[in-house]
Amino acid sequence: MLTAVDWHVVWVRIAHPNHVFFIALTRTIYVAVIAQVMGVLLGLAAALMRMSKLAPFRLMSGIYVWIFRGTPLLVQIFFIYYGANQLLGFTLIPNTLNLGFFSLDSAIVAGILALGVNEGAYMREIIRAGIDSIDKGQMEAAKSLGMRYGLAMRRIVLPQAARVIIPPLGNEFNNMLKNTSLLFAIGVYEIFADAEIGYSNSFQPVEYFLGVAFWYLVLTTVWTFIQAAIERKLAASERGEDLTFWERVQAAWNPVTAWARR
Amino acid sequence: MTDVVMRAEEVHKRFGRLEVLKGVSLDVAQRETVCIIGPSGSGKTTFIRCINHLEKVDGGRITVNGHLIGYRLEGEKLVEDSEKSIARQRTQIGMVFQRFNLFPHKTALENVTEAPIHVLGQSKQQAEEEGVKLLTRVGLADKCDTYPGKLSGGQQQRVAIARSLAMRPALILFDEPTSALDPEVTGEVLSVMEELAHEGMTRIVVTHEMGFAREAADRVVMMDEGVIIEEGTPEHFFEAPEHERTKQFLSKIL
Repeated sequence: MLTAVDWHVVWVRIAHPNHVFFIALTRTIYVAVIAQVMGVLLGLAAALMRMSKLAPFRLMSGIYVWIFRGTPLLVQIFFIYYGANQLLGFTLIPNTLNLGFFSLDSAIVAGILALGVNEGAYMREIIRAGIDSIDKGQMEAAKSLGMRYGLAMRRIVLPQAARVIIPPLGNEFNNMLKNTSLLFAIGVYEIFADAEIGYSNSFQPVEYFLGVAFWYLVLTTVWTFIQAAIERKLAASERGEDLTFWERVQAAWNPVTAWARR
Repeated sequence: MTDVVMRAEEVHKRFGRLEVLKGVSLDVAQRETVCIIGPSGSGKTTFIRCINHLEKVDGGRITVNGHLIGYRLEGEKLVEDSEKSIARQRTQIGMVFQRFNLFPHKTALENVTEAPIHVLGQSKQQAEEEGVKLLTRVGLADKCDTYPGKLSGGQQQRVAIARSLAMRPALILFDEPTSALDPEVTGEVLSVMEELAHEGMTRIVVTHEMGFAREAADRVVMMDEGVIIEEGTPEHFFEAPEHERTKQFLSKIL
């Protein structure tokens, strides 16, 4: 027997979520942000290793991507949470990670680690493609001015590659926001876990899952606008334009210009 | 000769099976302008790219101000130098590229000050003062804050010349600096380059601009199929070339 949808509950989940939900929402956001930053850093390191003259570096980078793109994220999450310490023989994932101003429990640490390491494998290709897209003459010009490889990368090549890297990076972060929901499976209390627990207490699937879907949509939509603003700024500086802050905000918030650029 | 800035001895270079340089020897004295001419594929560009070690040589040696470029002697053998010391040697050797290779994310002035600040460790203020002077010298005082994308090819190449001058190099290499330019802006770049000659800059110029070679060169070198086949003063070259291949080449190009 189907029961009618209680639209009041849907409304409450969307418009008046409780305090616990906001804690979960904060967790979803910081887990996604930290894991993405980690993914970018790992991806950059792996991309540079992939382009190295030294074969062992190239091999390590290859194996890393092979494994983490070739196995399911959920398996990686479980493996790191339950198996990493045992496999490594030391405590990679502590029971609690105390950072002074706040502390993270082991599931959150393992979750961030799994999402970040997985993301790094995807970011490697994106970053490598970005670096490859920059004309070889840029590196040669930098070298001919006496710059060493690292300095030339940092000051000349990467800032230009960033413009190519940022759009797919934005898509990756959109995925990351949604993939945090997988951490519910190892007991991280994020917004999907909040919805799942609400559902199992009430047996109101539409109400709770529609509510949480709405909030994921809010997160990804807000991110779309932030991403548009960042891309706009990068493109403008490349063209040498100096947009005012308000022009940027307008451009970012105008869906026509924001999507037309893709 | 004590005032040799660049000395190349029997330089060999191959790309795979193709031998591009088959023993090139050349001395360039201080304040001298040497133009290298020759048909495409003759190895001119490869040769000057070897001088600042953008290409590794497979045989022979190149010295700039007496220092071996790209290699160091260990006993009898030449071993490739560390990245750090190659970078240091390159600060002595400016290079102007056919396709300019300005940094598109930096203004004209930032292009010029980038290396003095981050390689030579000059203060921003000092580098900018000198950068503005250099851009003024190449006639672009009003373009300091302009990005390369908004400059014409001729203007970009003049910024590139200012950029290499900012390092105060002992030697500047020009790799077909006007080949990518429209004919009407070639003149502005050539006149900047001619001014440099009056200031006694040592230069090696790969060029197809015979007018420039005739006016500005102290010596013209003709390369063909990876070797230097003839060298001499511009007068010698353009009035009484000896080598049959040179005559052919000049008759086609002039």
